[in-house]
Amino acid sequence: MAEEEAKRGAGMSTLLKVNNLVKRFGGVTAVNDCSFEVQEGSITALIGPNGSGKTTAFNIITGYLKPDSGTIEFDGKLMAKPTPSSIYRAGLSRTFQQARIFPELTVLENLVISSSFGWKDLLGTRVTAADRKRGMQTLEEFRLDKLHDLRAKDLSYGQRKLLEFASVLMSDPKLVLLDEPTAGVNPVMIETMEKHIRDRNKAGVTFLVVEHDMQLVMRLCDPVIVLDHGSKIAEGMPEAIQSNPQVLEAYLGS
Amino acid sequence: MTRNGLIRAGLFFGVLITLPFFSTSQWLTNMFIFTLMYVALASSWNLIGGYAGYPSLGHAAFFGFGAYFTAIVFTDSVGYGWSPFLFLPVVGISAAIISIPIGYVAMKTRADVFAIVTITLLFMAQTLAFNMHKLTGGAQGKGIAVPSFDPATFGRPFYFGMLALAALAMGASMYFRQSKIGLSLSAIRSDEDKALGVGVQVNRVKVLGFAISVGITAMAGGVWAYYEGFVYPQFAVDPLITIGMVLMTFLGGRATLWGPVLGAFILVPAQQYLSYQLGANQFYLLAYAAIFLITMLVLPRGVIPTISDKIWLKKKQREAQA
Repeated sequence: MAEEEAKRGAGMSTLLKVNNLVKRFGGVTAVNDCSFEVQEGSITALIGPNGSGKTTAFNIITGYLKPDSGTIEFDGKLMAKPTPSSIYRAGLSRTFQQARIFPELTVLENLVISSSFGWKDLLGTRVTAADRKRGMQTLEEFRLDKLHDLRAKDLSYGQRKLLEFASVLMSDPKLVLLDEPTAGVNPVMIETMEKHIRDRNKAGVTFLVVEHDMQLVMRLCDPVIVLDHGSKIAEGMPEAIQSNPQVLEAYLGS
Repeated sequence: MTRNGLIRAGLFFGVLITLPFFSTSQWLTNMFIFTLMYVALASSWNLIGGYAGYPSLGHAAFFGFGAYFTAIVFTDSVGYGWSPFLFLPVVGISAAIISIPIGYVAMKTRADVFAIVTITLLFMAQTLAFNMHKLTGGAQGKGIAVPSFDPATFGRPFYFGMLALAALAMGASMYFRQSKIGLSLSAIRSDEDKALGVGVQVNRVKVLGFAISVGITAMAGGVWAYYEGFVYPQFAVDPLITIGMVLMTFLGGRATLWGPVLGAFILVPAQQYLSYQLGANQFYLLAYAAIFLITMLVLPRGVIPTISDKIWLKKKQREAQA
């Protein structure tokens, strides 16, 4: 185990650093002095009981919510005034719990719109030959290429989850935040999703995953960060987390 | 643009360009001037109300801006009669520039709130027109010099002016559909927060779309003022103009190229017929309300999307059988 720790320490640098985040909604403190780090190249899990602040933390990191205090550092830079758009363009993309895609756009257009094109491209063709080529490559990887000209609203729920995942990869992100990537999809699709996460991770993309399917978390993720009542209570390798008394108490109640 | 699309557009504009040379009937010319004006208005409203899903009810404010701008500049003389037409780009660009801060602020709100914010814009513009006496003449209105066009074909220049604006608005609509502006606006209509999160330049695109939309609307106001010869606050900044553009777009089909055109070609003649049949009273407004209700109940997405979906479904079924 010590060897593994050493291996992890070497050649890895911190990609995302969350410092002392606090977020209150009225009297409820959703995120409470929360700090954690995500190492470059890892598939880090963020787990915790319902209401432990995982999604709120995601929303703050991706600029959808303003924290009451605390800072985010990404890729060595402090994110001063993060907006969802600036975060995405900086190379940090996310998916949503409820597979948010653009239902009125075609499957291919869903990828094109997510490719963070510039101001000047706005005046250019809706789907250029280059867009099409790049989009179709990604769709082939996700086996959605046959569906490219369907409206996204005609896809099944699992296919939508895949499409959302595929589309946020179009900006060549360094870090992808996945909010329950396998919630509500069938077991075959869970395997498919797992394979795509592994493939992309091998290609150099770092992942931070919120997930309730513990078997998947234990297979896929290292390290695992555990949140409870808005702060980090444990962090470590999956095996260590499984037997951590504090974690057991958080999940089973006291 | 597909080959069929080109043929459709060619036929449409071919017929409309030659039409005045077949008939010089004044009531027909008059009706077509208003129909084409509403083609331009509804198509320009569709840019932001249809593609982006921002239901502006304030477009009549910009229509009035265009009308007053033209009236004030040409109140004494129009030269040979062509200058107000040549002046239109200035009107359109001015309206577009003014709309940038307005659009930026108004589009911080969405959907129903946006509709209410923009309708206040309309009433503000009307109040200004009533009260800035020195500039607008207040309730007495503002006249424009009468051009020395041949009385037999007096309406013709205005007809072609409106036709050019209709072509401009439809051209803009076509361009939106085929560019990333349109793609971005559709994404904003679908899910604006998600669009923000995938790096779509939401604010810029919305403000740009709004500016182009109201710029064309203001130019239509300019031609209208010149044609009418006199501009009054209650007619230049008229809620009915806003309602007309919205209703025609809803009837024909939002976020389509031909929907607003179809809507204008149905509703303007219908309105003229009804106001003729029902006397000078505004009873036709009841008919308007009825059409709007029926459209919303039977064809919530408008004529063209409903029909094209049926055709698409038939095609898919045939493919599945084959």
